[in-house]
Amino acid sequence: MSAIEEGFVLKEHLPALIVVVPMVVAAAVAMTRNNRVAWAASTIVTWALFVFSAMLLAEVTNVGEISYSLGGWPPPYGIEYRVDIVNALILMLVSGIGAVVMPYALRAVDKDIHAGMHPWFYCTYLLCLCGLLGMTVTGDAFNIFVFMEISSLATYVLIALGRRREALLSAYQYLVMGTIGATLYVIGVGLLYIVTGSLNLSDIAGRLGPAMSDHSRSVMAGIAFIFTGLSLKLALFPLHFWLPNAYAFAPSFATIFLAATATKVAIYVFLRLYFSVFGAAISFSQFPVVEVILVLSLAAIFTASFLAIYEDSIVRMLAYSSVAQIGYITLGVAIANKAGLTGSIVHLVNHGLMKALLFAAVGAIIFRVGTDKLSKISGLGFKMPVTTAAFVVGGLSIIGVPSTVGFVSKWYLGVGAVNAGLWPVTLAIMVSSLLAVLYIGRVIEVVYFNPVCERCVKVKEPPLSMLAPIILLAIATVYFGLDTSFTGDIAIKAAEQLLEGLKQ
Amino acid sequence: MSLTCLLSSELILAAILIPFVASIIIPIFHRAPNCREAVTLISALALLVVVTDLVPYILSGARPEVLDLDVVSGLGISFKVEPLGMLFALVASTLWIINSIYSIGYMRSHNEPRQTSFFVCFAVAISSAIGLAFSKNLLTLFIFYEILTLSTYPLVSHKGNNAARRGARVYIILLLGTSMIFLLPAILVTYNITETLDFTPGGILEGKTDNATLAILLALFVFGIGKSALMPFHFWLPSAMVAPTPVSALLHAVAVVKAGVFTVLKVVIYIFGIDTLSSSGQADWLIYFSSVCVIAASLIAIRQKNLKARLAYSTVSQLSYITLGASLATATSITGSVMHIVMHAVAKITLFMCAGAIYVAHNKTEIEELDGIGRLMPVTIFAFFVASLSIIGLPPFGGTWSKWFLAIGAIDSGYYFVVAVFMVSSVLNVIYLIPIVSAAIFKPLPGTKDGEAIKLKEAPLACVIPICLTALGCLIMFFVVDELYNFIGLIDFNVGVGTGQ
Amino acid sequence: MQVFEIVASYYNYAITIFLMLSGLYIVIAHGNLVKKLIGLALFQTAVYLLYISSAKIIGGSAPIIDERFAVYSNPLPHVLILTAIVVGVGTLALGLALVIRIHEAYGTIEEDEILKDMDKSEYCGRKVEGHQ
Repeated sequence: MSAIEEGFVLKEHLPALIVVVPMVVAAAVAMTRNNRVAWAASTIVTWALFVFSAMLLAEVTNVGEISYSLGGWPPPYGIEYRVDIVNALILMLVSGIGAVVMPYALRAVDKDIHAGMHPWFYCTYLLCLCGLLGMTVTGDAFNIFVFMEISSLATYVLIALGRRREALLSAYQYLVMGTIGATLYVIGVGLLYIVTGSLNLSDIAGRLGPAMSDHSRSVMAGIAFIFTGLSLKLALFPLHFWLPNAYAFAPSFATIFLAATATKVAIYVFLRLYFSVFGAAISFSQFPVVEVILVLSLAAIFTASFLAIYEDSIVRMLAYSSVAQIGYITLGVAIANKAGLTGSIVHLVNHGLMKALLFAAVGAIIFRVGTDKLSKISGLGFKMPVTTAAFVVGGLSIIGVPSTVGFVSKWYLGVGAVNAGLWPVTLAIMVSSLLAVLYIGRVIEVVYFNPVCERCVKVKEPPLSMLAPIILLAIATVYFGLDTSFTGDIAIKAAEQLLEGLKQ
Repeated sequence: MSLTCLLSSELILAAILIPFVASIIIPIFHRAPNCREAVTLISALALLVVVTDLVPYILSGARPEVLDLDVVSGLGISFKVEPLGMLFALVASTLWIINSIYSIGYMRSHNEPRQTSFFVCFAVAISSAIGLAFSKNLLTLFIFYEILTLSTYPLVSHKGNNAARRGARVYIILLLGTSMIFLLPAILVTYNITETLDFTPGGILEGKTDNATLAILLALFVFGIGKSALMPFHFWLPSAMVAPTPVSALLHAVAVVKAGVFTVLKVVIYIFGIDTLSSSGQADWLIYFSSVCVIAASLIAIRQKNLKARLAYSTVSQLSYITLGASLATATSITGSVMHIVMHAVAKITLFMCAGAIYVAHNKTEIEELDGIGRLMPVTIFAFFVASLSIIGLPPFGGTWSKWFLAIGAIDSGYYFVVAVFMVSSVLNVIYLIPIVSAAIFKPLPGTKDGEAIKLKEAPLACVIPICLTALGCLIMFFVVDELYNFIGLIDFNVGVGTGQ
Repeated sequence: MQVFEIVASYYNYAITIFLMLSGLYIVIAHGNLVKKLIGLALFQTAVYLLYISSAKIIGGSAPIIDERFAVYSNPLPHVLILTAIVVGVGTLALGLALVIRIHEAYGTIEEDEILKDMDKSEYCGRKVEGHQ
C-alpha cells in the first residue's frame, strides 16, 4: 500500500523532482572523494532523470498538460512548472543524451580531467543538467533566468576544465558573452514585468495584449531584449562567436553533452516565448520579425557551412556545422507553418542526436590519437573502423541523406517551405546540404583514402565503454530516420500546439 | 525451383534483405576469400530465385505489396511489385550473378586491394537497386536512390589514388547534388500538390495542376535524376570509369544508370501519367533535348581515346534513348524504352566486361593499343563484336527490337525527326564501335610478323565465361522478344486498366 | 515644465540606461580581463536598479500587512533581485577565478598580450570579435 502511495506521490512531484534530484545529488557528489563513486552516482541520477522524463512524456501524451505549483503557491503568484508535449520532448532529449553518454565519461574524464577533480567535474555536470532541465520545465520567466545562469555557470566551469590553457580563455569569453546574453534577457523580462505585472508565462501571454495597446514601446523593447539575449545563448548567427572556441577546448565529454543539449534548450525557450507568449498575445505581422529570423537563419546556414569547409580541426568544423544546423531550426520558426515548425522541433531532437554522435566519435579519435586535426589522422578508417563508420553515419545525417534523422528534418522543412511558397528557401535548404557534403566528404576522404599516417599506425578502437554509446547513438540516428512514429508524431503534435496560440 | 512456402510479401522483403544480409556476412570471412566469394555467389543465386518466384504473381495480375514504415508522417517505406520494377529487378539480379563470377576472376587476377569492402559495397548497391525497383512510392524510391549513390561511392573510389578520388568526388557531388537540388524539391512540390507520392496507374498529377507547373516539374525530375545521365549532368559517368571494371560493368551499365532511367520511366508513367504528359504537350522540349543528347553524346564518344571512356559516352547516348522514349509518352515508345533498358544492359555489360578482360590479360586501356589484339583473345573480341552489333541495333541481336519500338512510338506520335535521330545515332554507333573490332582483328599485332604463330592469351576463365554468357544473351533476346513484349504490356498505363494498351 | 516632469518621473530609467551602457562599453573597450569583469558587474547592477526602482510605489510602505497601511511597495522585484545578485556574485567570482587561472597560465591578464602569445595556436575568432 505504502509503495503504491509513494509511487503516486513520486509521480505527482515529477516536475519538481527532475530539477531537485540532480541539484541535491550534485552537492553530495561534490563531497565524495572517490572518483568512481562520483561517476556511479551521476550515472544513476542521469538514468533516473531519463526515466522521469519518459514518465512525464507518457503522462503528457495520455492525460494532457501538467501544471505543478512549486511550494504549493498557485500560479500566477507562485512559480509554476508546466509540462506539455513540447517541453516533455526536450526533457527526453536532454536527459536521454545525458544518460547515454555517461558510460563514455568513465574513460574520457579519466583522461581529460585531473584525477583529484573528478567529483567536482561530475558535480558541475549535474548542475548543468539541472539548469537545462529547469529551463525546460519551468513556466516562469524569471525562473528561466535563474536556471539559465545555473546551467551557464556550470558550463563555464566545464569548459575551463579542458586540458589546454586556451580552455581558460574560451571559458572566460563565453562567460562574458553568456552573462551579457542572460542579462539582456533579464532586462527584457523586467520590462515586461513592469507593463504586465506578471512573470508567469501563460499569465504574461494573457496580459500582454492589453498592455501592448498602452505601452507598445516598452513591450517591443522587452521582446527585443529577450530575443537578443536568447540569440546569444542559442548561438544564432551572428552571435555565435563564443561557440567554436568553447566546443574546441572543452573536455570532449563536456563538448558532447553541451553540443547536444545546451543550445537546444535555449532554442526551446525561444520557441516557447515566440509562439506561446508573444505570438499568442500580439501579431508579429506588423514587425519584420519573421524576415529578420529568415535572413539570419540563411546567413547562419551558409556562412557557417563555408567556414566549416575550411577548418582543419574536426571539432571546430563540427562546431561551425552546429551553428549552421541551428540556422535550420530557426528557419522552421520563420516558415511558421505546421510542417516547417515540425521540421524545427524534430531537428532540435535529431540534431542533438547526431551531434552527440559526431562529437563522441571525434572524442574517441582524440582519446586514441591525441588530435582532431584532419592533417594528422589520415588512414584512420582502417585503424578505428567502428568509430569512423559511426562518424560517417553522423556525417550523412548532417548532409540529410535519406534513412538518417537528418533527412526527416530536412523533409519537413522542405515541405514547410514549399507550403509557404518560399521557393528560394527550399532551394537554399537543398543547396546548403551540398556544402555539408563538402565538409563531411573531406573527413571521409582523409580517413579512408589517405595512407595510414605514422601517428595512427598503432591506434586501435577506443574502450568498449566509449564505443557502446557511440554505437547506440549511431543506431538511433538511423532508426529514428526510418521510423519516426515516435519523434515525428510528437514533433507534429508539439508544432500544432505551438501554432495553436499564434495570432495572425 | 520455387519457394512455395513463402508469401509474396515475404518474397519482396527477402529480395531486398538477401544482398543486404550478404553484405553483413561478407566481412566475417575477411580472411577466407573462398568463403567470402561463396557468400556472394550463394546470395546472388538466392536473390535470382526469389525474384523469379515473384514473376508468376505479376503474370497473374497481382501487385503484391508489403511494409508500411512511417519515415515522415503519412509517408514511408513500402514496397509494391509491378511489371516495370519486376523487369528491372530481374535484369539486375540476373546480371549480378554473371558479374559476381566476373568480379571474382577480375579482382583476383588483378590482385586488387580491399576486396572485402568491394564485395560488401557491391551487395549493398544491389540491395538498394532491388529496393528501388520494388518501391511503392516516390519517397521509398528516393531513399534507395540515395543509398545506391552512397554505396557505389566507395566502389568508384576503390583504387584510392588521386585520380580515383577526383573521379569519386565528381561522382558523389553530381549525383547527390542533382538529387538534392532538383529531385527532392520536385518530390516536395509533387507532394504539396497531390498530398500523395504513391505510384498510381494513370499518374497522380492529372488535373491537379497547370501546364507551366507540369513543365517545371518535368524538368526538375529529369535533371534531378542525375543517374539517367541526361546532359549536362552526365559528367559523373565518365568520371566513374576510374572504378574497377566490374563496377563499371554492373553499376554503370546496369544498376546505377538503369536505376536512373527506371526512375524517369516510373515518374512519367505513375506520377505524371502518359496521357497527362502527352496531351499537355509539356514534354515536347524534352523530346528535342534528349534527341540532341543522343547525337551529342555519340559524337563525344567518337573522340574518346580510352576504351572505357568511349563506352561511358556511348552509355550516355543510349540512356538518352530511354529518356526520349519516356518523353514521347506513348505506350509503344515506353515499351521501346523499357525494352531498351534490358537490351542495352545485356549488351553494355558485355562490352565493359570485354574491356576489363583486355585490361586484366594485357593491361591495356587505350583504344590505339588494341591493334591486333583479336588474335590474342578471339573470344573476347568476338563477344565485343556481338555486343556492338546489338548496341547498333542490327538483327539478329536484341538491340534491334528496342530501337524498332522506339521508332514506331515516334512515328505514332508524329515526331518523324526522331526516327532520323535514331538513324544518325546508329551510324555514329557504327563509327565509334566497329573500328575497335576491325583494328583488333585486322591490324597486325605490334612486334609480330604476318603468319607468325601467336599464343592465345585470354583473361582467366572466370572472366571469359560471363562474357560469353552475356554475348549469348544479346542473341537470345532477339528471339524472346514476344515474351518480353507481353510482359511490358502488363504495365498499368492508365487508371483502372489492368493490362495497358 | 513638462520636460521637467518627464525627467523627474523617469530619471531612474535614465540612470539605469547610463549605467548599463557604461558597463557594456567597458566590457567591449577594455583589454584587461579584470576591468572587463568590472564592466560586466556594472552592467548587471544596472538591471538590479531597473527592477528595484520599478517596485517603488509612492507612499507605499514596506510590504508587511497591517491594518494601518493600505499601500505597499511591490515585494516581488526585491526578491527577484536578491536572486539576481546571488547569480551576479557567482558569475563575478567565477570570472575572477578564471582570470587568476589565466594569469597563472599566460603570465598576464591583458587580452591582446594573451592573444599575441597564442598567435601560433589555432585559437580563432580574435580578429572577428574586435578585441584587438
